[in-house]
Amino acid sequence: MEQHFDAVCAALFDALKESESLSISLGGETSQFTRVNGDKVRQTGAVDDISLSLELVADSRRATSSATLTGEREQDTAMVQQELERLRAEAALLPVDPYIVAPAAGETSHSDQSGDLPAAANVVGKLLPALEGVDISGIWASGRIYRANANSAGSRHWFASDSFSLDYSLVNPDEKMVKATYAGSEWNQADYEQSIAASQQKLALLDKPSIQLKPGNYRTYIAPAGVSDLLGMFSWNGLSESAMQTGESAFLKMRNEAVTLSPMFSLSEDFSAGRVPRFNDKAEVSPERIDLIAQGELKTCLVSSRTASEYGVESNNAAEGEYLRSPVMATGDLEEQDVLAALGTGVYLSNLHYLNWSDTHGGRITGMTRYACFWVEQGEIVGPIENMRWDDSFYHFFGEHLEAVTAQSQLNPDVGSYGGRELGGTECPGILLNSFALTL
Amino acid sequence: MDLTRLLGQIDVPADWVGLRYVDETTTTRWVRDGHPQANDRCRDRGIMVEVLADGQFAYQASSRVDAASVQDAAEKALAMAKAAAPYAIHSFTDSARPAATGSYQSPFEQNESAMNAGDINDWLLKSCELLKVSDKIVSANALARIVQSDHYFVSSNGSHIDQHFLIVTTGSMAVAQDGPVVQTRSDSGMRARSWQIGLESMDEQRMIDDSIRVGEQAVELLSAEECPTDTRDLMLAPDQMMLQIHESVGHPLEIDRILGDERNYAGWSFVRLDDFGKLRYGSDLMNITFDPTVPHEMASYDFDDGGAKAERAFIIKDGILQRGLGGIESQQRSGVPGVADFRASSWNRAPIDRMANLNLEPGESTLDELIGSVEKGVYMEANRSWSIDDYRNKFQFGCEYARLIENGKLTKTVRNPNYRGISSHFWKSLKGVGNADTFEVYGTPNCGKGEPNQVIRVGHASPTCLFENVEVFGGEQ
Repeated sequence: MEQHFDAVCAALFDALKESESLSISLGGETSQFTRVNGDKVRQTGAVDDISLSLELVADSRRATSSATLTGEREQDTAMVQQELERLRAEAALLPVDPYIVAPAAGETSHSDQSGDLPAAANVVGKLLPALEGVDISGIWASGRIYRANANSAGSRHWFASDSFSLDYSLVNPDEKMVKATYAGSEWNQADYEQSIAASQQKLALLDKPSIQLKPGNYRTYIAPAGVSDLLGMFSWNGLSESAMQTGESAFLKMRNEAVTLSPMFSLSEDFSAGRVPRFNDKAEVSPERIDLIAQGELKTCLVSSRTASEYGVESNNAAEGEYLRSPVMATGDLEEQDVLAALGTGVYLSNLHYLNWSDTHGGRITGMTRYACFWVEQGEIVGPIENMRWDDSFYHFFGEHLEAVTAQSQLNPDVGSYGGRELGGTECPGILLNSFALTL
Repeated sequence: MDLTRLLGQIDVPADWVGLRYVDETTTTRWVRDGHPQANDRCRDRGIMVEVLADGQFAYQASSRVDAASVQDAAEKALAMAKAAAPYAIHSFTDSARPAATGSYQSPFEQNESAMNAGDINDWLLKSCELLKVSDKIVSANALARIVQSDHYFVSSNGSHIDQHFLIVTTGSMAVAQDGPVVQTRSDSGMRARSWQIGLESMDEQRMIDDSIRVGEQAVELLSAEECPTDTRDLMLAPDQMMLQIHESVGHPLEIDRILGDERNYAGWSFVRLDDFGKLRYGSDLMNITFDPTVPHEMASYDFDDGGAKAERAFIIKDGILQRGLGGIESQQRSGVPGVADFRASSWNRAPIDRMANLNLEPGESTLDELIGSVEKGVYMEANRSWSIDDYRNKFQFGCEYARLIENGKLTKTVRNPNYRGISSHFWKSLKGVGNADTFEVYGTPNCGKGEPNQVIRVGHASPTCLFENVEVFGGEQ
C-alpha cells in the first residue's frame, strides 16, 4: 500500500504546473466486521476500501476531490491524473479564495504498528464459543487502518496500524445492560474471555429492582465513558477557533466574558501516546500537546492554518474541521475506590447517550443516562435507576458543580465507523458533581 | 460495468450469490461570508459480493471489480459464511433475496451540467450577500450539494436491477449576534431541503426570498423573549414534524431494533413484536405511511437493496400500529409484516432496516383553524437540537424559531424554543392535523444507525400539526 501511495503521488506531482500546489491524502482500511446479537451472528463480512483525496491550489483558487482507489497502479494513476485535469479546469471557474494556505515544506514521518489479529474467517470461531448463553449485542471490527499524506512542497507522512475491538453490551432478563469494549492490537483469547466474565459480574449488580427517580438536581458521579461523551461535544460548535469567530461556539462566554470553569478541569490535545497521526490533511503537524483549557481557563482553541489565515491568529495545525483528535483530560485526586463514599447519596452514571446541545451558547447539553446507572445511598449501591433525561450546562458540571476528579484515567477507544473505522479515543477520568439536572 | 458477466464468472459452492455495485459522486459547494469554503467532489464506488451458504449470508466488499478480484471476494465471503453458519441468528434461504428486475430513475428536469462550478458559486455568493441583512449578522452560509448515485444489483436467482438517483440539497444559514446574545436561523434547518430533483431546485427567486427572510429572522430572534417554561399546546411546522416523525415513529418501528440488533448502538424500542396490529400509537388523527412513490421525496425508489419491490403501505392507521419498518430478513425473523426498506448506505456496508420515506398523511384542518383553536400555545419551526432515549421514548427537541399563540392568534416571536415529552404519550395528544395546503416534503441525508456505522438518506413529509399539553421551555438564563 505504501509503495502504491508513493507511486500515485509521484505521478501527480510530476504532472503539476509550476504555479500549482497539491496536497494528497490517503485513507483506507482492510476490515472484518461481525455483528452479534444474543450469542448469535447477525451479519459478518469484510471491507477493503481505500480513497485518495486531492487539494489543488492554482491561481489563488482551491478545488478538492476524493476518489476510491482500486490498488491497481496503472488504473489508479490514470484515474487520479484525469482527476487532476478536472480539478484544474474547475479551479479556473471558481472565485478567488483569499484565505488559501498553500502547502508548506515540513516534516516527514513514518509509523507502522503491526499487530496480531485473527484471520477474517477465524473471527467467529474465537468470539462465539465464549458467548454461549450470554445475551449480548455488539460489533467486532478488526484489521489494518491506513492514513497518509504528501504535498508538493515535500512533506510526506505515513501511518498504518493494526487493531481490533469488540464493542458490546450484555443484557439481563430485565433489559438492564452493561457496556464494555475489548480492544487492542494483539489478540489474546484469555484476556477476551476475562473481559466477558468481568462484564457478566457487573451485570449481576443490575439484578436489584429498578428505582424510578424524580426530575431534580442530584449529587452525581459520571464515570469516564460518560465524561468522554461530554468531551465529545466540544468537537461540535466547541473548541474550534472558526466556530468562535463565527459566533457558533459554546465557549464564547469564556472568550468574551472571561468566564472560567473549575480549576480542577484541564483539557489538552495530546498526541504523545501515538494513537492517531499528528499530521492533518495538509501534511501540517500538530504540536505534541496543546493545552486548550488549563485549570478552568480557556488558553486556546483548535486553529487550522486556514482559520489562522482568515482571522490573523496563530495556527496550531488543527485539522480543517477543528475537532479534537486526541483529547486528554487531566486527572484529579479522588481515588477510584473512594468514589461511592465520596458520592454518599446520589446517582452513579456509567454511560450517557445521545447528546446534543440544547442551548449552545448557554453551554447546555441534553442527553440520556444509559447502561449501568445506579442510585447510591451512604456510599452503597441501592439499585439500578430507570433511564433519565438530563439537561445541564458544562459551565456548571465542569464549573462550580465539579466537586472532584478521579485520580485514574481511562482510554475510551473511538469505535465509530461512519465512512471508515476511526483511530484513537478519549482519555479522561470520572467526575463527581454536587449537582446535576435530571429533567424527565 | 457488466455485472451479469461478472456474476457468471464466479465459481463458488454457495447457495446464492449477489453482486451490488454502487457508483456515487457527491459535489459539495459551500460559501461563507462571501468566500468559498469548499468546492469538493467525492466519487465513491465499489462492489459488495454477498453469498449465502448453510443458511448464513456473508459479504466481501471491495473497490476492485475485475473478474479475478470478484472471484476472490466471493471465496472469502463463502469462508466467512460457513464459519458463521453454526452460530446463525436465523437460517435464511434465497427467499430473503427475491428475484426482481427493473429500473428506477429519479425525476429531474435539469441535470448537473445545467450549472457549472462558477455558476453555483455565484448563486451561493448571492445568497450569502442577501443573508447579511444587518451588521448584526456575524456569519452567513450557503450550501449546495449534488449527488448522482447509480446502483446495480444482480443475483444468481435472477435479479437484475438498476436505480439512478439525482439528489440536490440546498441550505442557507445566518448567525446573528448582539453582545452576548447569539441566534442562528436557517431555511428549514440545515440540509432539510433535500430532494430527488435536478438543478431546477436552485431557483433564484426562491433563494432571494429565503435568504432575506432567514437573515431578518436571525436578527429578529436577538431581541425576542425566551420561550416560556410551562405546559401548553404546541403547533409544529412540517420542517420540525420531519424530525418528530423520524425520531419517535421511524426509529422505534424498525424491526431490527425491536429484535435487538441495535441494542449496543442506536438502541432498542418501546414497541414490542406483539404490538403490531393492535397498539394505539397515537390519536385517531395519526396516519403514517411508508411511501417510496412520492415524486421528489428523498428516499423514493422501486427496490430495496435486497431486491424487494417497494410499495406504499400504512404503518399507522387511525392511530393504530399496522406494520413495522423492516425488510424481508426482519420479517422472516419476527413474523411481523414490514416494508421494502432493507437498505445500505453504500457498497461497503451491508443492508439493514432503514426507514425511507415516512410521512404523516394530511388531515382536514386549515392553518387558520389550527391556530384559531389554541388559547395558549407556541408554534415552532425548524429543528436545531434533537435527543431521544435508546427506547425512543423520552425525547427533547429544540427549534430555531417560534411564535406564541394567544387566544387563537399568532403573536410575538420567542427564542430558544424547546419541548420534551414521551413518544408513547405524545402522539396520543395529537389534536389537529393540517390539510394538504400545509403539507410539505423534506429530507435528511444524515440518518445514522448500524454497526458498522451507516449514514443514509431519508424523506419525511407532513402537514402542520397541533399537540396539546406539551412541556416547553427556553434557553439558559
